[in-house]
Amino acid sequence: MASNSRDFFNHKLHSLLGLFPVGVFLLFHLTANYQATKGPEAYNETVAFIENFPFVLVLEFVLIYIPILFHAIFGLYIAFQAKHNVGNFGYFRNHMFLWQRITGIITLIFIAWHVWETRIQKALGTAEVNYDMMANILSNPVMVAFYTIGILSAVFHLSNGIWSFLVHWGITVGPRSQRVATYFTMGVFVVVSFIGLRAMAAFIQ
Amino acid sequence: MADKYVHLIITRQDSPDSTPYKEEFKIPYRPNMNVISALMEIQRNPVNAEGQKTKPVQWESNCLEEVCGACSMVINGKPRQACTALIDKLEQPIRLAPMSTFPVMRDLSVDRSRMFDALKRVKAWIPIDGTYDLGPGPRMPEVDRQWAYELSKCMTCGVCLEACPNVNEKSPFIGPFAISQVRLFNEHPTGKMNKHERLEALMEEGGIADCGNSQNCVQSCPKGIPLTTSIAHMNRETTRHAIKSFFFS
Repeated sequence: MASNSRDFFNHKLHSLLGLFPVGVFLLFHLTANYQATKGPEAYNETVAFIENFPFVLVLEFVLIYIPILFHAIFGLYIAFQAKHNVGNFGYFRNHMFLWQRITGIITLIFIAWHVWETRIQKALGTAEVNYDMMANILSNPVMVAFYTIGILSAVFHLSNGIWSFLVHWGITVGPRSQRVATYFTMGVFVVVSFIGLRAMAAFIQ
Repeated sequence: MADKYVHLIITRQDSPDSTPYKEEFKIPYRPNMNVISALMEIQRNPVNAEGQKTKPVQWESNCLEEVCGACSMVINGKPRQACTALIDKLEQPIRLAPMSTFPVMRDLSVDRSRMFDALKRVKAWIPIDGTYDLGPGPRMPEVDRQWAYELSKCMTCGVCLEACPNVNEKSPFIGPFAISQVRLFNEHPTGKMNKHERLEALMEEGGIADCGNSQNCVQSCPKGIPLTTSIAHMNRETTRHAIKSFFFS
């Protein structure tokens, strides 16, 4: 690859990391949370299983923190490069283009807060990650609203991100396949949002 | 009919560096006018809506049949050609403004040099010169010629750049049209021989990776060119080229 194609490489890497591993991790995370619908014990068992996984810290850094950081920082650079114009060009895809950037920024703020409140507190030794921790956080209605917006933003960003991924990698080329991909990814948004919100509801007593 | 008029609000600018301002015009209505003939009326009688004599509005136009791309301007918020913008089909007052993506030279005429620079950058031509007669080139299949012809309708008018949220002063993006032109020239049987040069140009900064898929270009293109299909196709071609040149030779 030519040396002056670094920008091309960064864009491709950004698109790839959004799905693998970050998107896959989101699906895994929301599915694991769903255990809470079976009660506190089931959820705590799942958390313990993940916490005791071999090389869990290495896996966290390689599969989660580093890819998310790259995706977030390069994503901010992309988001602030656009000059939005949905006022004069109110087409569906242009709205999705805008929302992809809005939800990206909301998701970044949400994740920063969420990681601080859970993972970093655990690392500092000030809290244990378990059912009670989440039930405690979600006993505040403001946090319920914040988590709802955060989950919906993250899931939208992933779903619509799958659509862009398919275009960026030249998988859906023609208009028909791109239209079908729109229906498919919006289906993903509905299903994954349900899993995420249903899991969250299990912590609200 | 004598008291019927056309109300225009024009964003004007006296020189490339001066501040833009708006001026209103009320010109006598004639049936079947287009924006160009309205501007010609102002040229004939440069008097604004307040009845004051003013500088005639400057614009560019050539073919008057939507094939040259010179008369592109923002008409009621949308970039399009003034020649095919019929007064009878426009909501009044009609707002005319220069395309803000380009440097304004004066009033409605802009400098589209960046588009021609982009075409040079991606080598949007077919090299046929040699030191001896190279003979006839390979034949092009008729089915391919038919869709390639659609891509060749691009008139470098600038509408896709004006509509694209990723083409602006903060971004180096060359614009959708240049990507589609690479597809056109890479499909040509002789042009194909240099396809890697065009692909590598697309992979440089400001190239294909800066497309954010808002798809405004394909909605706005006056010639109905399938720009987003071209972009997705070139996404595939550039990715394949990147993988090939990294792993193989």
